[in-house]
Amino acid sequence: MSAHADTHAHDDHGHHHKETFITKYIFSQDHKMIAKQYLITGTIMGVIGVMMSLLFRIQIAWPEEPNVLFEALLGKWAPDGVMDADIYLALVTIHGTIMVFFVLTAGLSGTFSNLLIPLQIGARDMASGFLNMVSYWLFFLSSVLMIFSLFLEAGPAAAGWTIYPPLSALPMAQGGSGAGMTMWLISMAIFIASSLLGSLNYIVTVLNLRTKGMSMTRLPLTIWTFFVTAIIGVVSFPVLLSAALLLIMDRSFGTSFFLSDIFIQGEVLHYQGGSPVLFEHLFWFLGHPEVYIVILPAMGIVSEILAVNSRKPIFGYRAMIASVLAIAFLSTIVWGHHMFVSGMNPFLGSVFTFTTLLIAIPSAVKAFNWITTLWKGNLQMNTGMLFSIGMVSTFITGGLTGIILGDSALDINVHDTYFVVAHFHLVMGISALYGMFAGIYHWFPKMFGRMMNKNLGYIHFWITAICAYGVFFPMHFIGMAGLPRRYYTNSNFPLFDDLANVNVVITIFALVGGAFQLVFIYNLVHSIFFGKKAEQNPWKANTLEWTTPVEHVHGNWPGEIPHVHRWAYDYSKPGQDTDFVPQTVPLKEGEEELQH
Amino acid sequence: MTALLTILIVFFVAVAIWQMVKIFDLANIGSDNGQIATDKDNKINGYLMMAFLVFIYAITIVSVCKWGDLPLLSNAASEHGSQIDTLMIISLVLIFIVQTITQFLLHYFAFKYKGEKGKKALFYADNNTLEAIWTIIPVITLAGLIIYGLFTWSSIMNVNEDEDPLIIELYAQQFNWKARYAGQDNVLGKANVRLIDIDKANILGVDESDPNAQDDIITTELHLPVGRPVLFKMRSQDVLHSAYMPHFRAQMNCVPGMITQFGFTPSVTTAEMRQNPDIIDKVANINKIRVENKDEIEAKGQDLRYEFDYLLICNKICGTSHYNMQMKIIVETQEEYDAWIKEQKTFKNSLIN
Repeated sequence: MSAHADTHAHDDHGHHHKETFITKYIFSQDHKMIAKQYLITGTIMGVIGVMMSLLFRIQIAWPEEPNVLFEALLGKWAPDGVMDADIYLALVTIHGTIMVFFVLTAGLSGTFSNLLIPLQIGARDMASGFLNMVSYWLFFLSSVLMIFSLFLEAGPAAAGWTIYPPLSALPMAQGGSGAGMTMWLISMAIFIASSLLGSLNYIVTVLNLRTKGMSMTRLPLTIWTFFVTAIIGVVSFPVLLSAALLLIMDRSFGTSFFLSDIFIQGEVLHYQGGSPVLFEHLFWFLGHPEVYIVILPAMGIVSEILAVNSRKPIFGYRAMIASVLAIAFLSTIVWGHHMFVSGMNPFLGSVFTFTTLLIAIPSAVKAFNWITTLWKGNLQMNTGMLFSIGMVSTFITGGLTGIILGDSALDINVHDTYFVVAHFHLVMGISALYGMFAGIYHWFPKMFGRMMNKNLGYIHFWITAICAYGVFFPMHFIGMAGLPRRYYTNSNFPLFDDLANVNVVITIFALVGGAFQLVFIYNLVHSIFFGKKAEQNPWKANTLEWTTPVEHVHGNWPGEIPHVHRWAYDYSKPGQDTDFVPQTVPLKEGEEELQH
Repeated sequence: MTALLTILIVFFVAVAIWQMVKIFDLANIGSDNGQIATDKDNKINGYLMMAFLVFIYAITIVSVCKWGDLPLLSNAASEHGSQIDTLMIISLVLIFIVQTITQFLLHYFAFKYKGEKGKKALFYADNNTLEAIWTIIPVITLAGLIIYGLFTWSSIMNVNEDEDPLIIELYAQQFNWKARYAGQDNVLGKANVRLIDIDKANILGVDESDPNAQDDIITTELHLPVGRPVLFKMRSQDVLHSAYMPHFRAQMNCVPGMITQFGFTPSVTTAEMRQNPDIIDKVANINKIRVENKDEIEAKGQDLRYEFDYLLICNKICGTSHYNMQMKIIVETQEEYDAWIKEQKTFKNSLIN
């Protein structure tokens, strides 16, 4: 589609090409369609990932009790309805992988970067529609492979989503480390290729295709976060790819990058001189930035939605950009805080404690700025707004315990306990998920031309909010009591018997919260077909996407691309007739543009 | 059975939700519901925000009261443990204060400034002083925490060899632990998994020709004399494991191909700890729970009565039986320790020739 650059060729685009079903809905190169494809694939993966978590939560609450659900869903992995210990670890592993990569990276970033980057910067499409299409289909392929690995004879990968060797490298160490791990590695390699193609496209598009007047300092914060996220992805994902390739070589070609001196099942293996710690470094060089790849887009979405629905400018626009950049930079030099007790030099631990606690500063600035954005606003409690407020709440609750985990001395005792599980689920899992929900409710009218039902949205938010805290707040306490994560059952430790009732409470909250996601699924699916028709600018927002027609057109704007005259946050500006001034409205005579 | 019932209930709840949602949704058709928040929605949700704030505070209070008897925040059984506990309590108090204030502001603003038609928001885009304040306050607080944390960390991790620590090897394999004491000379014999000889019962791969190895002692229980520094040298023969000793605030991974280390000084004997009022309460509570679940516990062949013991547990996913990889730790007086170690076989005598 070289025609994108040439607006005149585009105006009568429709007369030249007839789109077939396949080019429009399947192998589409239109960013809006690709965004929907990401959303739907991500949602399906999300449903699978959440269901897995419910299964293993049932096992934790009622360990080794027979259950018809297990018998029906797990088949041979649940003899007589009792969940097998290996499949427990597999469920934990695949749940983590799916949620982190397939839902919160591809589902979140893929959906909203694709939808919003061209629409909000005023471009006809991505820089390369073709690469964008390839990126989606690689993601689809990797999703299919990951799901397919569930049906392998020896079971899917089960070494935890961090796949530390030697456990992940040796089929004799664990059933899942055979074909299951091979499949996991291939799936992830394809996923990384998809992510890199997407990221490069986002970066190039933001840098080159902004419409006239759209300077970097007029970009909405959504675009800033998508842009910075893409840069982090390009910097760190290749390192995971190289780690995966080296692991494949150790597994299949007998090299010793990560393995040394191993005696297993009665025999000495030939590996000599490698180090599992090296793998941990390589993994977390991606793994830590990855949590920012997950959370930054959610932060951008929340910033935008809070401003629109507070009818106020986002507070401290420049500080918000500065903090995103600071977080991005720091995110690449904190990975060692996952490895305080890995056996690396304790001096390194000191350095990583220092950098890790530094990252709390820009995060704190963001939280304070969000709260101040609400102050003296005129808050419109749309569902997107509720999820945005909820995201700020969970981000604070989850983020604060990072002060403990980032402190090497304290990490000694809570490392790999449920305290960690509670921390990261709140600060990146739930927060990013809320960002994704907020984005879906807010931009649904733009994606599908219809509105989602607000009352169902309210039910969805409030039940989810209560259940999220109900699940993860008590979890901190069983962690502080020393309960390790990834235990199939705690019944071999009478020491932890008094925590069993907490686990039951957590599981009940999880089951209720999980069940109420059906409200969302229903709302989503039903609204796509039967929702009320949307107006062009339902939330009265300033950004460019709301100047496009409700019915999607290829190239986004039927006529010329609008020019931009102001930043995105002129809400309730004194001296204006309405409480919003779209970016396309020229400055009045004597009006000063606020450049903050 | 409870599990099955719960799942059935959840299933029917889910069906009920779906049906209710459908009715709810159908009922809305025809009304001029714009799906955009009205003043009424703003008001209801504003009040719900305050209710939610109360919920957050309530769940905090309930968690602290019900499960906050934190065995990891008091009764440390090692000398450095109380340092960690103090730092942990300071961090928790700080977190608690910040959490209480920020959650209040967030939810209170959401309630206070709920939208009304005709109202206009304040155009307030920036304030350098404010932003400077909330950059500098975290900087100062975190600087304090970092400095305190780093001092604690380096005092824990720096092993002082002059104190003549007792050298013990912790040896991990799927799915059990062994301990190797250095014996009279307090020097561990060389070892490598390539020297493992199952037929001769050389299960840790200790070098049989190394003179330092002859008096080494391999055990399946970890006995430590109270008050004497211990330096653990850790090895693993197959995959990553993590030696986690929560009562001693100690943890270090065991990595195949390298030797990792962690040192501490046990300060409370097992017998003393069993007399600690907190531990007595905890044990009584656990035993009450165990009596309630008598049948299940006996079906598993476990002892019904629980008696307090220190434990070494595996805290790095290591395979199928990761959830049951533990070793008992007994801290005792020097005399008791000496008597116990005398009874153990030395490496030389444990080999089958």
